[in-house]
Amino acid sequence: MLDPRTALLAVDNLQAWYGESHILHGVTFDVFPGEVVTLLGRNGAGKTTTLKSIMGIVGRRTGSVRFEGDELINKPSNVIARAGIAFCPEERGIFASLNVEENLLLPPQVKPGGLSLERIFDLFPNLKERLGSSQGTKLSGGEQQMLAIARILRTGARLLLLDEPTEGLAPVIIQQIGKTIRLLKEQGFTILLVEQNFRFAQTVADRYYVMEHGKIIDKLLNSEVEANLEKLHDYLGV
Amino acid sequence: MIEIFGIPSQALFGQLLLGLINGSFYALLSLGLAVIFGLLNIINFTHGAQYMMGAFAAFFLLNYLGLNYWLALIVAPAIVAATGAIIERLFLRHLYHLDHLYGLLLTFGLALIIQGLFRNQFGSSGIPYPIPEALRGGQNLGFMFLPNYRAWVIVLSLTVCIATWFVIERTRLGAYLRAATENPTLVRAFGINVPRMITLTYAFGVGLAALAGVMAAPIYSVNPLMGADLIIVVFAVVVIGGMGSIMGAIVTGFMLGIVEGLTKVFFPEASNTVIFVIMVIVLLIRPAGLFGRTA
Repeated sequence: MLDPRTALLAVDNLQAWYGESHILHGVTFDVFPGEVVTLLGRNGAGKTTTLKSIMGIVGRRTGSVRFEGDELINKPSNVIARAGIAFCPEERGIFASLNVEENLLLPPQVKPGGLSLERIFDLFPNLKERLGSSQGTKLSGGEQQMLAIARILRTGARLLLLDEPTEGLAPVIIQQIGKTIRLLKEQGFTILLVEQNFRFAQTVADRYYVMEHGKIIDKLLNSEVEANLEKLHDYLGV
Repeated sequence: MIEIFGIPSQALFGQLLLGLINGSFYALLSLGLAVIFGLLNIINFTHGAQYMMGAFAAFFLLNYLGLNYWLALIVAPAIVAATGAIIERLFLRHLYHLDHLYGLLLTFGLALIIQGLFRNQFGSSGIPYPIPEALRGGQNLGFMFLPNYRAWVIVLSLTVCIATWFVIERTRLGAYLRAATENPTLVRAFGINVPRMITLTYAFGVGLAALAGVMAAPIYSVNPLMGADLIIVVFAVVVIGGMGSIMGAIVTGFMLGIVEGLTKVFFPEASNTVIFVIMVIVLLIRPAGLFGRTA
């Protein structure tokens, strides 16, 4: 077991480029075991690019990404996934040529200790009903989001990177996703969340990092949110 | 003598059989092209040369190593598939982010080089390859004479096509393949070694071409240009079926073989062009092909 004071994920001076454009300019932050940490920031601040850089799916990146002490910055994404990190992309990435069950079973197990299918169906009862249905992309937006989260819980990855899981969903489904994230945290998952909606983030997160122009510009604890509402509104432009 | 539509049954069924034989090769070859195009986004113009290499590999195995037809059916495609894996690693890998056209040009150039080398060495008159002992002779079905080897070609081609379809559409491995066709970045981020999968997929598609070459050797003789003529027809088949559709490639392959055979009976003058006429019509009415999904 890791010392809880040792970061599970330590990102240091992370820089990333898409082709010629320099997107991340030295991002530094830590995530500790069992935490839910949220990256806040406006559109284009570099939140998604940070997740993708950790996952190894941004072409050029420098700096350091250490997971359980191992350096991952130069590793290809399939090796990073095998280290125990799983990614749920903003566009969900449900495959149209796979049915619901195939989508759910697609990500291979990377470590022992992933959730069993029964546990996953406890968390997402709707998915069980939809299992026989044809194309994964015929599900509703909320069901697709649940499928996108459910499929990475099986793999045994302990760090989940969730990119805007509530985007475009109805309030009742957002609540269900919030409940799920809290349950996952209780089960010992560590979650790095990207959110624009900090009202939602407030219901699940322990800590926040605020990003702007490809850098971390502030950090705060959940308990500090209420006292800093004005500053946050300013950061997020809401 | 029985007559159907004024045609003697011998002639009709004979041409139908010939159509099915051609269809068997069209299906195997267009299936390989479809598998490769699906994942690699590359129109593999080397396919005809790789079909020819399969036939030559069978010839070499028989004459230099004494490996018979049955062993060649497995060993020859494996050897040619290995050369395919090398081509993928050395050349194709650098083209995935570019337009289809670059892959097409590269594989077309490779086909010319490979065919040129073989022609330089072996001329273009063709080398006979014997029909294996067990498949000589034929069956008199009453309405026609069925050579055993030809029946075997049809059965083997159908079996391999259906098995390939099953693996791609119904198994875990096939799900990886289909998912990687849609979004290779995400599949890789799940921990799957997508580059290796791409190499193996190209090798498999090439192996199918080589298998067709081994099967063709006893029928057509082994000739450095045997693939060059065939592949043009196969590309028309692929266009008609729709690029990237697995079942489409199989069904269209057999169907067009039969159409071609029937045209030989009813309107022989058109038998060499009928597939291209169908291709033009399909392109005008359904540009994505009969089974293709519009992008």
